[in-house]
Amino acid sequence: METAATATTAVPKSKRRKASRWTWVSWLKVVVFILGLVPAAAIVGSVVTGKAGPNPIEFITHSTGEMALRLMLLGLLLSPMRWWFKSTVPIRFRRMVGLFAFFYVMLHFLTYAVLDQQLDIDALLDDVLKREYIIAGFVSLLILIPLAVTSTQSMMKRLGKRWVSLHRWVYVAAIAAVLHYIWLAKGDQLEPLIYAAVLALLLGLRIWRHFSRKTKRVKPA
Amino acid sequence: MRDWMKLAGIRSSEITDETVFKQRRQLIQAAAVAGMTGAISAEASATTPKLSMPIKSTDYTVDGELTSEETATTYNNFYELGTDKGDPVKNAGFLKTEPWSVVIDGECDAPGTYTLEDILKPHDIEERVYRLRCVEAWSMVIPWNGFALGDLLKRFKPNSKAKYVAFETVSDQNLPGMRSRVLDWPYREGLRIDEAMHPLSFMAIGMYGNVIPNQNGAPLRLVVPWKYGFKSIKSIVRISFVEDTPPTSWNMSAPHEYGFYSNVNPEVSHPRWSQAKERQLTGSTSGLAALFASKTETAYLNGYADEVASLYADMDLKKYF
Repeated sequence: METAATATTAVPKSKRRKASRWTWVSWLKVVVFILGLVPAAAIVGSVVTGKAGPNPIEFITHSTGEMALRLMLLGLLLSPMRWWFKSTVPIRFRRMVGLFAFFYVMLHFLTYAVLDQQLDIDALLDDVLKREYIIAGFVSLLILIPLAVTSTQSMMKRLGKRWVSLHRWVYVAAIAAVLHYIWLAKGDQLEPLIYAAVLALLLGLRIWRHFSRKTKRVKPA
Repeated sequence: MRDWMKLAGIRSSEITDETVFKQRRQLIQAAAVAGMTGAISAEASATTPKLSMPIKSTDYTVDGELTSEETATTYNNFYELGTDKGDPVKNAGFLKTEPWSVVIDGECDAPGTYTLEDILKPHDIEERVYRLRCVEAWSMVIPWNGFALGDLLKRFKPNSKAKYVAFETVSDQNLPGMRSRVLDWPYREGLRIDEAMHPLSFMAIGMYGNVIPNQNGAPLRLVVPWKYGFKSIKSIVRISFVEDTPPTSWNMSAPHEYGFYSNVNPEVSHPRWSQAKERQLTGSTSGLAALFASKTETAYLNGYADEVASLYADMDLKKYF
């Protein structure tokens, strides 16, 4: 306590803030960052060693898509966690989780466009204009691009209140992503419907909170 | 030892002892839990013995590269054994093919329950290399061992009311994939009688010169090379001669997506994806090289138009897809 107090007075204000940032949360961020890269490394490993099976392009497409969906849902879990634990710590992982989701979405899209379709523009256009599940996936991707671009601290400051309303579009992107999965599945709908149920729960929590807070605010007045 | 293997001239030394097989199964299941199935399940696929009866070679060959046996026996759609491509080989041990019999019924003069030995006895086994085109837009080239379906059907003397032939997959074994109602079990398929009697329609009991592995539809499966793969029904327990178009599983599940005919046709898209191209799975390009292999154009009737196009001469194949 005493040393901390002396340190505070000795160090200039700006530097002090930086130094105090290296808390357990910072270490946790390093861990989460590494964890976020593990699936990508595992996918590369499986392909190189042949464990990905006879259709590695399908394997990469499926596993990157699955990771993207899971990370989008994880990102949407962080706000409810803040309310639940009454702590801002979960929110501090929102950008990283969101950007990792975007990273896997891009890998997913590039695998489809470059490896699977081999940049055949006619085939890509045919897909994007005609096939419902491709349209849904593409809509999700198009929404996520500006969100990723405006995810920096400086963009947050620059956009102010508009940043919040812009980033609400992530709900639409998540719904489109789940629809993409539901519409492409052949036969077995169990997994896509699990994702849909989790998303419905996460969005439902927000709606419930929105209305319960409104009524609370009204009452004292 | 399976009796029909005896009939097929398979020496018992070639067959994995059942206890060893069961132990291996347990090992594989344990490994699956440990998340290291890749290496071991490949070994499991190597357990089928050679068909040691004579196999006649035929003119049924294909220009393209043969799919490796490992690829063809580890990447399968057999939903009764699970919906992932790797599930059927992992769960292959759940399918019991001994004893096996096939019920023949409907519009024919020689109905009855025939043991597998009865079914196989009169037929010479030949090898045919066929293209296999899955509705999911991947394809393989596989050497099948078996006999013409028409030769089998004629033995039961279908009568003039037999306009269609219906087939059914085994369903009384509570196979692991059947717990989920992905499809309305039992799996059912069907052909028009002239399609079934066409010389290209084939009954396989082996592939690559080996007894057909469970995951590929042991002990008896259909191969109809000009139709999407799901028409080639696996592990057949019933063949019925019927007057009207029989219900077929994928058609029942999604009628606007999977027609009764399901002929390979690049001009007719699946409602959700294009059928113009296919990814050929050869198994010879592995690792990173496989990522840059290009797709190939899908041929009308999977390249068998010269042989079978006349079956559909007056039909609108966009309507009868």
